[in-house]
Amino acid sequence: MVQEKIATAQVKRGLADMLRGGVIMDVVNPEQAKIAEDAGAVAVMALERVPSDIRRDGGVARMSDPQMIREIQASVTIPVMAKARIGHFAEAQILQALDVDYIDESEVLTPADEANHIDKWPFTVPFVCGATNLGEALRRIAEGACLIRSKGEAGTGNIVEAVRHLRMIRQQIAQIQAADAGEIYAMAKNLAAPLDLVREIAATGKLPVPLFCAGGISTPADASLVMQMGAEAVFVGSGIFKSSDPELMAKAIVEATAHFNNAEIVAKVSTGLGAAMKGFETSTLEQRFAERGW
Amino acid sequence: MRVGVLALQGDVREHTRALERLGVSAPQVRLPEDLVNLDALVIPGGESTAIARLLEVSGLREDLAIRLHEGLPAFGTCAGLILLAEQILDGRSDQWSFACLDVTVRRNGYGRQTASFEAMVQLHDSVVVPGVFIRAPRITKVGADVEVLATHDHGDGPHAVLVKQGMVWGCSFHPELTEDLTIHRMFVESVEALR
Repeated sequence: MVQEKIATAQVKRGLADMLRGGVIMDVVNPEQAKIAEDAGAVAVMALERVPSDIRRDGGVARMSDPQMIREIQASVTIPVMAKARIGHFAEAQILQALDVDYIDESEVLTPADEANHIDKWPFTVPFVCGATNLGEALRRIAEGACLIRSKGEAGTGNIVEAVRHLRMIRQQIAQIQAADAGEIYAMAKNLAAPLDLVREIAATGKLPVPLFCAGGISTPADASLVMQMGAEAVFVGSGIFKSSDPELMAKAIVEATAHFNNAEIVAKVSTGLGAAMKGFETSTLEQRFAERGW
Repeated sequence: MRVGVLALQGDVREHTRALERLGVSAPQVRLPEDLVNLDALVIPGGESTAIARLLEVSGLREDLAIRLHEGLPAFGTCAGLILLAEQILDGRSDQWSFACLDVTVRRNGYGRQTASFEAMVQLHDSVVVPGVFIRAPRITKVGADVEVLATHDHGDGPHAVLVKQGMVWGCSFHPELTEDLTIHRMFVESVEALR
């Protein structure tokens, strides 16, 4: 047998690379997972309640029941992701034992540790983490995250926070690129990010892992917007199964993501979709998920 | 020379970069009109079910099927191999393919993501190249007209991981994710030889 290496950075980031240009959909049961796969989702996120229901119900939101995750794994051929609470490495160990394909250390669930995120390097399963700015993204990458997504404000159906986060990350990358070598140290300090990662950004002009968008995407136009702003794929949480016609909405968002630069196609798939999820104005929210984590 | 890259979903950028490093023009293919004036087409890695659905709704499925059966050279990696293969195991019940490469592939044939791996892959003449296998399809059967270009031993003896039939090439792993251009160069040179 030829020597094989598992769980390398290349292998972990590589799966995220394969998801680029696609849509990852939140699903709560095998029926929804099938609808997502039929519509052309590149992966599903298995969870007990979509973020808008977590927001409505309140209480502590935890990792999903392993039984539900197993049923969803058995129902589709595409990758299955699942969420662990911020800092809850035991939940992550369970998800790894279940052989999920990606773990989302997610602010949508109630954080388990107020100071530390999960040390993600020892895990075989790759992790995705949310970020609102570049410093946060680089801290997560330093901890071993292999994919970064904007946090947005999950469960609101409102794209404004995801736009803010994507623009912030992009602006901060541009600032680093414009800086001279002597300014990098203070920039790393101000971002509270590791110096070597800030240097890498100065050299490459992009994150060392893919950047996806999550939080508030609820129409094909939203998907097109964030893809044009540099997101490489989109997560859709409540936006599909809280719309009036989930199958149609799922297909439309998949097409709009693939053809994000073609306004004629986005217009065509936006036609006759029925009602998008109702959503919230973010200034009226009692709980901001994006403020969880640091 | 123009080698199009199917750009509906997946690691399009890496294939484009590999082709451009070889001095080949690599236009992106999203719609039927993008198929004109191509010398070959690369189908990238990604999710085969998602790419298949996008091929249907974009109208590319019919046009590309015609071009492939007319002899358009093609190179598929991972999901791209699945889309070219004659037979697919462990796929969706309605999973279709262009069926122009006489191999049987098993989707996620090496396991889920925790089993994804890197290994040096054996080419002919004892040349080795780095192979990145991500939820990779495993080639389980090779037709009589198919040439095996590279093998890998996963612990149960060497089996095919890079194959070609005529001008249709398929690869279980992702040469595009590494800096090694050997396999892209082999494909490009074989397309060049046709001109």
